[in-house]
Amino acid sequence: MGANSDFETGLHTLFTGVFGQTSPLEAFKRLSGGASQETWALYGGDHSAILRRAPGGTSNARSSAAIGLPAEAALIEAAKGAGVPVPDVLHVLSEADGLGDGFLMSRVLGETIARPILRNDEFAQARTVLAKQCGAALGAIHSISTDGLPSALQLSDGMAQIAQYEEIYRSFDVPRPVFELALQWLKANAPAPLETVIVHGDFRLGNLMIDETGLVAVLDWELAHLGDPREDLAWLCVNSWRFGQSHNRVGGFGQLEELLDAYNGASGLNILPKDVDWWELLGTLKWGIMCMIMYEAFRSGADPSVERAAIGRRVSETEIDLINLLETANA
Amino acid sequence: MHDQPSVSELVQAVKSFIDETAAPQLKGHAAFHARVASNALATILRDLEQRPSAETEERAGLIALLETGDDLTHEALNRELSRRIQSGEMSADTPGLMAHLKRTTIAQVEIDQPRYSGLKTAKA
Repeated sequence: MGANSDFETGLHTLFTGVFGQTSPLEAFKRLSGGASQETWALYGGDHSAILRRAPGGTSNARSSAAIGLPAEAALIEAAKGAGVPVPDVLHVLSEADGLGDGFLMSRVLGETIARPILRNDEFAQARTVLAKQCGAALGAIHSISTDGLPSALQLSDGMAQIAQYEEIYRSFDVPRPVFELALQWLKANAPAPLETVIVHGDFRLGNLMIDETGLVAVLDWELAHLGDPREDLAWLCVNSWRFGQSHNRVGGFGQLEELLDAYNGASGLNILPKDVDWWELLGTLKWGIMCMIMYEAFRSGADPSVERAAIGRRVSETEIDLINLLETANA
Repeated sequence: MHDQPSVSELVQAVKSFIDETAAPQLKGHAAFHARVASNALATILRDLEQRPSAETEERAGLIALLETGDDLTHEALNRELSRRIQSGEMSADTPGLMAHLKRTTIAQVEIDQPRYSGLKTAKA
C-alpha cells in the first residue's frame, strides 16, 4: 500500500512537472502486463502521455540484449533528429522522480495489432503506402549517427547472431535437424558484412503505430544494436511477421521492391532483393529459437502459463518456413 | 481398462466447456488465455490422432536415410541425423535429406498449427 501511494504521488509530481501546475494528473492506467516493461497511460486536462518503466521501477533488462530504458530514450531522441517518426520523449526519469528507471513520452494514437491493420477497411489506404513508409523509416534509422549515443548499444552482426543463437539452441539439447541444416547453410553462405549501422532489432507490425494514413511511430527500441542494415529489412519479411498474408513478403502488407526502393532512396545504399534472402533465413531461425526460449520458461517452471507452454508448438512453424526458404535457395 | 469416455472424448468435452461456457464469461487476459487453452486442446486431439502414423513414417525415413538398424530409439535417430548435418557429413545436397525433413515437418505442423501459412506454401 505504501509503495502504491508513493508510486501515485510520483506520477502526480511527474505529470505536473512536465505539463504544468494547471494540468494535474486525473487518471492513469496500466496498458501492458508482461515481465519486460510496464507501460502506463497518464491523462490530465488536454494532456496525455505514456510512461515506460522498468517492472516495479527496478532496472532489470528483459534479456542481455535489451539496452535499458535510459538508452532507449536517448536513441528515440536521436531517431527523431534523423527524421524517423517516433513519439516525443518528454522526460527521462531520474532518482529524484522516485519512480525507478524509465521515461515519459507523448501518446501517439493508432493501432499496433497486426490483424486489424492487415484486414480492416479503415487501414486499406495505409496498406498501400506502408512498405514505402517502412523503407524510408528504416533508411532514416540506419543513418542515425552513432556519435554521442549510449555505450549500451552492442555490436551484433550476422555471424555473431548465428553464434549467439546456436549456443542457446545447443544448451536446450533437443535435436532439431532442420535447425542444424539452417545453421550449416547460413555459415556456408554468409555474405560479407556491410558497414555497421544502428539496427532497430524488432521492426515489424506489433512494434509500429499505424493509423489510416500509415506509419505514425516506430516503437519498442529495446533490442536496438549496432549491426548490418539488412537485418532490419529482412526481419520485416520473416513469414511469422506476415501474420498469414504470406503473399505480401513485407510484413504481410507490401512487396520487397517497394520497401527497397524507398529504403535505398533514403539510405543511399543499394540493397537488392537477393541481399535480403540470407537474412530472412537467419531471422526465421532466430524466431524459432526465441520460441524455444519462451517454451523453456514454461518447462523450467519460471512461467507456468498455458501461453508459454503452447508457444513450444510454434517452433515447427519456423521449421516449415526454413524448409521453404532452403528449397528456394537451393533451387 | 475402460475407455468410455475415451481420452479424445474427454478432451473434446473440456474444450467444449471452455469454448461455450467458460470463455464467453471471461475478459481481457483471462479470455486470451482461454483461447490459447482451447487451441492447446485442439492440438492434443490432432496429436492423439496423427502422431502414431506420422512417427512410424518418420522412423522409417530416418532409418533409410541414416542406413542404420532398427535398434536405436526415435530420439537417438534424430540425434544422429543432427550430428551428421552439424559435422557436414550431410547437407541439403544429400539425396533424400530435404525430402525427409520436409515430410516430417509437414506432419508436425499439421498437428501443431494446421492453418499456418507456411504449411500451404510447403504443400503447394
